[in-house]
Amino acid sequence: MIDFVGDVVAWFLDPVNWVGSGGIVSRTWEHVQISAFSTVAAAAVALPPAIWMGHRRRGGIVAVAVVNIGRAVPSFAIIALALPISIRLGLGLGFWPTFLALFALALPPMFTNTYTGIAEVDPALVEAARGMGMTETQITTRVEIPVAAPVIVTAIRVSAVQVVATATLAALVAWGGLGRFIIDGFAIQDNVMVFAGGLLVAGLAIATELAFAAFERRFVPTTTGRSAGEELLVDVTVAPQHG
Amino acid sequence: MIELTEVTKRFGGTTAPAVDRLTLTVADGEVVVLVGPSGCGKTTTLKMINRLIEPTSGTISIDGVDVTGLEPHELRRGIGYVIQQIGLFPHRTVRENIATVPRLLGWDRARIERRVRELAETTDLGDDMLDRYPSELSGGQRQRVGVARALAADPPILLMDEPFGAVDPIVRAKLQDELLELQRRLRKTIVLVTHDIDEAIKLGDRVAILSVGGHLEQYAPPEELLRAPANDFVADFLGSDRGIKRLSLIRIADIDLEPGPVVPPGTDVDRARAVMAGYDTDWVAVVDGDRMLGWVTNDGLDGRSTIDGVDLEPFVTRLTPNNTLEEALDAAISSHTAIAAVFDGERFLGMITVERISREIVR
Ligand SMILES: Nc1ncnc2c1ncn2[C@@H]1O[C@H](COP(=O)(O)OP(=O)(O)OP(=O)(O)O)[C@@H](O)[C@H]1O
Ligand SMILES: [Mg+2]
Repeated sequence: MIDFVGDVVAWFLDPVNWVGSGGIVSRTWEHVQISAFSTVAAAAVALPPAIWMGHRRRGGIVAVAVVNIGRAVPSFAIIALALPISIRLGLGLGFWPTFLALFALALPPMFTNTYTGIAEVDPALVEAARGMGMTETQITTRVEIPVAAPVIVTAIRVSAVQVVATATLAALVAWGGLGRFIIDGFAIQDNVMVFAGGLLVAGLAIATELAFAAFERRFVPTTTGRSAGEELLVDVTVAPQHG
Repeated sequence: MIELTEVTKRFGGTTAPAVDRLTLTVADGEVVVLVGPSGCGKTTTLKMINRLIEPTSGTISIDGVDVTGLEPHELRRGIGYVIQQIGLFPHRTVRENIATVPRLLGWDRARIERRVRELAETTDLGDDMLDRYPSELSGGQRQRVGVARALAADPPILLMDEPFGAVDPIVRAKLQDELLELQRRLRKTIVLVTHDIDEAIKLGDRVAILSVGGHLEQYAPPEELLRAPANDFVADFLGSDRGIKRLSLIRIADIDLEPGPVVPPGTDVDRARAVMAGYDTDWVAVVDGDRMLGWVTNDGLDGRSTIDGVDLEPFVTRLTPNNTLEEALDAAISSHTAIAAVFDGERFLGMITVERISREIVR
């Protein structure tokens, strides 16, 4: 056991494992890339309609039900289903199937929580805002989004962390990422490498969590004594154009 | 001037109207209170004025302009609005909350800051309050911020839906007094909703009493409502103590005073005792012209021939013509002689008796 821990430490200390196309640095970068791309894409698709429906306080229940059908299909199954199609379309092996799986993973919680967060903004605030002469767009950007921001950011964070953990699967279909250490280590029966890969994935997931926490502290509007950041998440978020 | 003409509101899926052919005029600078039981259409009426609710039929105009001809959000920026739940933005400081409408109107920073400070002063909010968040305020302070926010762009019209509903009676009374004081200076056109008849009587220049279904039962100044309720519904709504309530609306200046048991200096004791008997009191006051010298009890006159030289007591409770009959009644009763003296500064004007006050109640 002591030996094993020593081997893992040695593995991390060996510069050879850090550099090059198969090194920790480039694998981490690949992992971050596909995770970020999938999360951002899912947020871009999920948030505007969720915000719009939340503002109208209508249609959301049905939409949430539809979106959550996606949740029932395991990510691994999505990859398996998407792989032959991706190859047939000449889109290559690993990236798109994984992207699709991660996108489908991230979208439902973001949509559901954003819709709920906006729809549950105290109606009195909305009425006050409207009564003072805000347009529907201003009500959304200046009141509903800032007030629901903690819920929305939490939803994105939870999705992102799940995506980072699940992006490990990319290695199965010949895309890179930290999953490679686990898959490759498994193939050559190198337990140290498998373990190190697991540690790296866990570490990245935790780092993601911490990054979001820092973002939240800095940018999400407070409702008590103002914290370090003066900039608030006001008037900047994607707003549906209507009204 | 706000004019509602034959305004009816039927909500979708209902047959009975929430507001039924309501016709009502609110003059400039006037406080009109809409009052009535729960569900009688007060809030609906108020919200039709700033188009948060669209009438089913009828017209609403402000200064002769039909409100439906205006962009809703532009109309609303010119009308202050205070809702019952206050609805302060929790993610914004008091300063930012107050600045809401000026920001919408695109005022520059300096002007907004000046205005915010001015309003903080007007509504009795300390400067240190401006950087707080609504969650860090008391109920009464929140109400004040709500009012300050509604006044921010200096709108000529103010709509207030149960603005003091969420605070305890003591704070409510204070906020009501503040609103009256504010109104004396600002002369806004105010439509205020409440279900508290006492609040309506206290605040309204005119009071509209509505019954369920949005029927206007009576629209009159409070004093007239209390004196001459139009029907049983109004009388019931005003309560059996409406005569007493009316006393708070009549000032001493509005009624004739009596001289009271007074005699000039130099009067002989027998004559003074006769005056006492006439008023059924055991004391008499000495008045020189319009100067009140004080009063003395019957016993204090024993062994004297004239009123001169006796020890006179000063009047402790001094009413002024500005006091209400309610206050006069209180003073007269607590003087246990059923009479209270009225002064204008140092000038003695006359006396007011419980009997005289009670004539106002039964009238
Ligand atoms: N959006 C709506 N849809 C359907 N009916 C409504 C709606 N808003 C109000 N009503 C109905 O219209 C009537 C009048 O409501 P309103 O809110 O104007 O009463 P109110 O006099 O303000 O009562 P309260 O003192 O309880 O606030 C009620 O019967 C209410 O149920
Ligand atoms: Mg109401």
